Amino acid sequence: MIDVVAAPVDLNHPGHYLHWGVIQLSLANLVVIAVMVGVFVLALLLPFPGGRRRP
Amino acid sequence: MTDRVEDAYGAGNWTGALRRRAVKALPPEQLLPDRQPAYVSSWIYVFGALSLAALVWALVSGTWLALAGAAWWHTSTVGHFVNSLHLWSVELFFFFMVIHLWGQFFMASWRGRRALTWITGVVAFVGSIATAFTGYLVQQNFDSQWIATQAKDGLNSVGVGAWFNVLNTGQMLLWHVMLLPLVLGVLVVLHVLLVRVRGVVPPLDAPAGEVPPTEAAQ
Repeated sequence: MIDVVAAPVDLNHPGHYLHWGVIQLSLANLVVIAVMVGVFVLALLLPFPGGRRRP
Repeated sequence: MTDRVEDAYGAGNWTGALRRRAVKALPPEQLLPDRQPAYVSSWIYVFGALSLAALVWALVSGTWLALAGAAWWHTSTVGHFVNSLHLWSVELFFFFMVIHLWGQFFMASWRGRRALTWITGVVAFVGSIATAFTGYLVQQNFDSQWIATQAKDGLNSVGVGAWFNVLNTGQMLLWHVMLLPLVLGVLVVLHVLLVRVRGVVPPLDAPAGEVPPTEAAQ
């Protein structure tokens, strides 16, 4: 079970880094930022359960 | 009879005056409201409470780590678990707090006499970064040594290295477990009280009928 989970996220090596001029960003941090933007957009779009019934 | 008792014991003393001022400044019905306006029924309003919940987990796991000590969190399985709990609660705290910040920024949450609410939130955010930074410095591994030596030059260049020495693990530990959590705790309590007193900010496009009368007048 642990192997199955560990396979896609192998942390046993140096991280991957992206470079744009002076900006240096790890791939892991970029993924987290992308997930945050995704959650933000979903929070705006998804209906809230039970909402709009109250005056 | 009741009035006479109040005259004799209630009015005029400092405890009664303090109570009346406290109830006037922080009315119980506003601190713990029964209802919220309809526009609060949106997922974007959930992230403040989620940040608060993650902060509580960070404080509970951090207190546990402080009580049990470094030898415990480095060597025992439960210690490793609580150490990880502390790390991941902080990761989630920042995750939720940044989404909360985006949501409040794009709806201009400083509107309607809420400038102080916004400012306490911003200062709490910066304080959280400082608290997390000192946390990374006291991990006692190569990561923390690398971060400390890299940060040393930056902090020296702005002239604070003499009294905030990132190479001094003992000093950083005390900033992390005592000073910064205390400041952060006070700021967060102030922030939440201000949210309760001033109310949750309405969206920019909230229909006039949904905005409370006190809000519409401002």
